[in-house]
Amino acid sequence: MVVMERPHSLVDIPLHYCPGCTHGIVHRLVAEAIDELDIEGRTIGIAPVGCSVMAYDYFNCDMIEAAHGRAPAVATGVKRANPDNIVFTYQGDGDLASIGTAETVHAAARNENITVIFINNAIYGMTGGQMAPTSLPGQVTQTSPYGRDVKLCGYPVKICEMLSQLEGPEYLERVTVNSVSNVRKAKKAIKKAFQNQVEGKGFSLIEVVSSCPTNWGMSPKDALKWIDDNMIPYYPLGVYKDRSKEEEA
Amino acid sequence: MAKLTFKRDNCKGCGLCVDACPKGILEIDAESINLKGHHPVKLVDEEACVGCASCATMCPDCIIKVER
Amino acid sequence: MADKVLMKGNEALAEAAILAGCRHYFGYPITPQTEIAAFMAKRMPKIGGTFLQAESEIAAINMVYGAAAAGRRAMTSSSSPGISLKGEGISYIAGCDLPCLIVNVQRGGPGLGGIQPSQSDYFQATRGGGHGDYHLIVIAPASVQEMAELTVKSFDLADKYRMPVMILADGTIGQMMEPVSLDIHVADPVEKPWAVTGTKKEREHNIINSLYLQPDKLEQVNFERFKKYEVVKANEQMAEEFMTDDADVIVTAFGIAARVAKNAVREARKNGIKAGLIRPITLWPFPEKTFGKAAEHAKVIISAELNMGQMVEDIRLSVKDRIPVDLCIRTGGMIMSPGEVYEAIEKADKKIKGGI
Repeated sequence: MVVMERPHSLVDIPLHYCPGCTHGIVHRLVAEAIDELDIEGRTIGIAPVGCSVMAYDYFNCDMIEAAHGRAPAVATGVKRANPDNIVFTYQGDGDLASIGTAETVHAAARNENITVIFINNAIYGMTGGQMAPTSLPGQVTQTSPYGRDVKLCGYPVKICEMLSQLEGPEYLERVTVNSVSNVRKAKKAIKKAFQNQVEGKGFSLIEVVSSCPTNWGMSPKDALKWIDDNMIPYYPLGVYKDRSKEEEA
Repeated sequence: MAKLTFKRDNCKGCGLCVDACPKGILEIDAESINLKGHHPVKLVDEEACVGCASCATMCPDCIIKVER
Repeated sequence: MADKVLMKGNEALAEAAILAGCRHYFGYPITPQTEIAAFMAKRMPKIGGTFLQAESEIAAINMVYGAAAAGRRAMTSSSSPGISLKGEGISYIAGCDLPCLIVNVQRGGPGLGGIQPSQSDYFQATRGGGHGDYHLIVIAPASVQEMAELTVKSFDLADKYRMPVMILADGTIGQMMEPVSLDIHVADPVEKPWAVTGTKKEREHNIINSLYLQPDKLEQVNFERFKKYEVVKANEQMAEEFMTDDADVIVTAFGIAARVAKNAVREARKNGIKAGLIRPITLWPFPEKTFGKAAEHAKVIISAELNMGQMVEDIRLSVKDRIPVDLCIRTGGMIMSPGEVYEAIEKADKKIKGGI
């Protein structure tokens, strides 16, 4: 009996990500959700600009490459065109929380019936390790070489908290993937985010606190610990909005 | 009895599976290099594997197939 | 004789889009085209279509990109500054060989400019608007009837060639009211096997993408696209010729400027000047064939434009500078009068006859 293997909706080709990069884990969780909900045939994924720009090669469903930050708008166009399609975006912190803030906020406000997977690793990986809107105070990056100075650059943006102020979105949860039990919880959240769309409930966003060993300048193992020590205190895990649950109560 | 199959040449030697294994039976093989130039993971005690799939759960590259 | 109805230019365009099978409009308010959005807001829900006022013109063009990728006829409309915002999105749409309609109802510029009509986005439209090597088919209506007919044609051309089409209108044509017949022929729908509609697990997954990291591959993609553009250039040039057969002085104008110029040409003929008008309808592909023919007998061309002189360059390229090309311009929202064009015709004619 097979306990675990590559999900069908994850294409059987090597991933280009750095060793130990959590993108690979999250890609698999998304693919597992698509397989388990049996929606591969009607799913459309929207890839971002960032390390995961080539996500369009990795998922076995129809894919679109979006301009930086605009994936929620592209997803809106696809979903309005063919509402029976299950549409998801997969975006990093530059894509979703910097250039794409307006598209993120408004897709949530409209309760667009899409699933957004937000990879928050507090840095811009693809372009070589610059500061992200989610970089922590004091964090050293290529564009904050003396550490993020809140006097000059302000404070990090907390997406789940921010969006939870809106009435629009259906479901917002922050998870992480730095341990086996956290990966299993993240999988549940991601599957729920897709399930919500299948049931027509509306906008679901899962913020996955992730690591970037290469640009954080540490080993994959140490990067997972850095998440526990530094990221989680700033970005607490949990459900930030669950409209269906609120309505039941 | 549990069985693990590794797609050895796609392993990047990141070591996340090694840390995740509750039985401590996975190691990065310092002696050999795969086609991509990485030191891949190796199972050192096949008998002790219980098929918990912690390794496959942490693997970012989907190289581990777990059967029981 | 088909029934005619009195309509505003912007509304005729919107109604014709629906006639052409467009069921997805994404836009943002900006003067002088907001009527298109308002019209769509009322019409689309009634026919099960999508009207969405996006959070910005950038979001709107990306929504069009999504709907077009999903195989639907989709459109957006804006005016000058909003079109600038759409630049990246338009480049993506062209780079993915997707069909769609983008409407620019031009206003004075640059910057925030003014809200009165202009034609100062000619360069932006005909040179693509965004980054990279690509073209849009650019169409310039000059009447409310053309706002309708050319909208239908735009969707047909976009699907036929898998490329974005831009209607380059101006505030006057957008606002004027004229009788329109909506009895317009729509081409048969085109199959879109490349669209992202879900694999149904029956085929390989489709990818809509413009990223090619290998330079030889990206070069090849560009070469292929431009081969397509050569076909468009060969087959889709459109222009109206008015009294050009024996004309010495040919005025060239598009949109509202063409209507003004036509009056001046008529007046000039009354006064014995052999004047004529070439009205480009496609600005890209530029009607080079028409100009090539005209340059064989005409002695001078006058470009009458509502900008600082943009189409004049394409005219000069078309006639290969065999004959002089003069400019008659107004800009900032000002529109030239027939009298001003007439003066330019008269001056040009005198120069020819004076043998200078």
